[in-house]
Amino acid sequence: MNNSNPSRRLYSGARRYFRIYAALWKNSVAREMSFKTNFLMWIVVELLWFGLQLSFIGVLYLHTDHIGTWTKWQVVMLIGASHLIQQIFQAFFLINCTNLSELVRTGKLDFLLLLPVNTRFVVSLRQVDLGAFVNALGALGVMIYAACQLNLVPTFLQVMGFLVLCLAGVLIHYSLMFLLASISFWTVRAQGIVWGYYNLFQIARMPDEAFRGLFKAFFTFAIPMLLVSNVPVRLLVNKFSVRYLFLLLAMSVVCFVVSEFGWRASVKRYTSASS
Amino acid sequence: MKKYWHVINVGIQNNLTYRFNFLARTLFGLIPLVAILYVWQAIYFGKSQGSEVGTYTLPQMISYYLIVTIVDALTAVNEDDWQIAADIKDGNISQFLLKPIDYLIYRLCLFLSGRITYLAVAAIPLALFILVLRQYLVLPPDWPTVGLFLVSVLLTALLQFFTSYAMALLAFWVLEVSTFIFILFAFEYIASGHMFPLDILPNRLAQALFFTPFPYQMYFPVGIYMGKISGPALARGLLVQAGWVAAAYILARFMWHRGIRKYSAVGG
Repeated sequence: MNNSNPSRRLYSGARRYFRIYAALWKNSVAREMSFKTNFLMWIVVELLWFGLQLSFIGVLYLHTDHIGTWTKWQVVMLIGASHLIQQIFQAFFLINCTNLSELVRTGKLDFLLLLPVNTRFVVSLRQVDLGAFVNALGALGVMIYAACQLNLVPTFLQVMGFLVLCLAGVLIHYSLMFLLASISFWTVRAQGIVWGYYNLFQIARMPDEAFRGLFKAFFTFAIPMLLVSNVPVRLLVNKFSVRYLFLLLAMSVVCFVVSEFGWRASVKRYTSASS
Repeated sequence: MKKYWHVINVGIQNNLTYRFNFLARTLFGLIPLVAILYVWQAIYFGKSQGSEVGTYTLPQMISYYLIVTIVDALTAVNEDDWQIAADIKDGNISQFLLKPIDYLIYRLCLFLSGRITYLAVAAIPLALFILVLRQYLVLPPDWPTVGLFLVSVLLTALLQFFTSYAMALLAFWVLEVSTFIFILFAFEYIASGHMFPLDILPNRLAQALFFTPFPYQMYFPVGIYMGKISGPALARGLLVQAGWVAAAYILARFMWHRGIRKYSAVGG
């Protein structure tokens, strides 16, 4: 009787997925807390690499005071935002994407395919990387410091817009990474490709105005790395035009849809591992 | 001696199965490189014509990164440290304690075969990339410099290998060495001149860095190639570099010696 009403069905479905996700969180917390030192060490590693990116910008701006129209603290803000988006992506999705090739190689995917839930949902969200939330806070701190240096006081609308655009950025990272991870259905040695994605993060934190020609077009319209963090920061530092906003949102939808097609085509090829 | 030839041989064959990974790594690695070159270009374009950053003109700056990429392909430790740590953790090294094979030399042979295979795969994309940018490529001042550059590259490779080896041996004492490896790698990445030439730093800072082994893991050979380091400074630098290699070698041997005493062959 309660299945007759579509909105009620949607509601109970959402509640069910929410409860599954809560259980996955509980598991992840338990797992992380059993290796506390390791958990803290990884936070240190990420902080160190973040500091490294910032010092690189520090060195660049010893020798110039602008890259395109981007000033030093605007670029610091960009690096902060890029790190924030990357860490949120990492918190929810990264380990799961890199684990996909392992699931395929060992045939453990069988088990997940049999569960009465959407397979992409479990595969994508099985583990949560809690350390990444701590590092996201660090990134936020750097952004706020940079905003003070710039005497920026963003309006409520700007902050909200920034957050929405960040989510679009996370969605792009996730979709592309998941698409790459799906290649492991075709070749077992896909891990190298998945880690190669790390190189793309490095483009996301560079000011878009430095780039020209084919490179810029490719990383805007094919792999939209130059939009992911540049557009949200542009909104905050008043370098904004509506064109960018629509471009980022549209690209995030396109990436997600493409990754869904890729995923479906890949799962069809799945033949399990001989056990 | 013959047995180690076999190790190299088998190592090359093993590594060849990863040729697709190597190719992906090379190609993906070129993307951030191109990005950094664009950023430098934007910085130079924002200045007046023909101006310099530190002592570098734009072509010299681009050459610096190209040579870094080549030296990196020749000397970087790839999976060796992870494999050594895994060998210790899984108890695989027990067999080396019984066989008349020295584990350090065995790993050095595998490192060598890894580099040979990597170069074989990476050579074509790298050569194409440099060909495209050839108008920016600055050549070394003379032939003796090329020779000294190669000597320094060899020392860099040994230094990289011995430090990574020593780092991986931490697996005798701690369960998870990957965080240590990443922390060392972070310092190496910035302080060795991987991200930018060290002589564009404020003078004091650059001088302080030269008291650490890091510049000898990248900046030093590239500096020789670029003609930034020459004469007595070059001779002194090569000696210091050789000294660091010796120190890292002794540290590696010492750690192995101590580690073996603690080793209990879990699951071996």
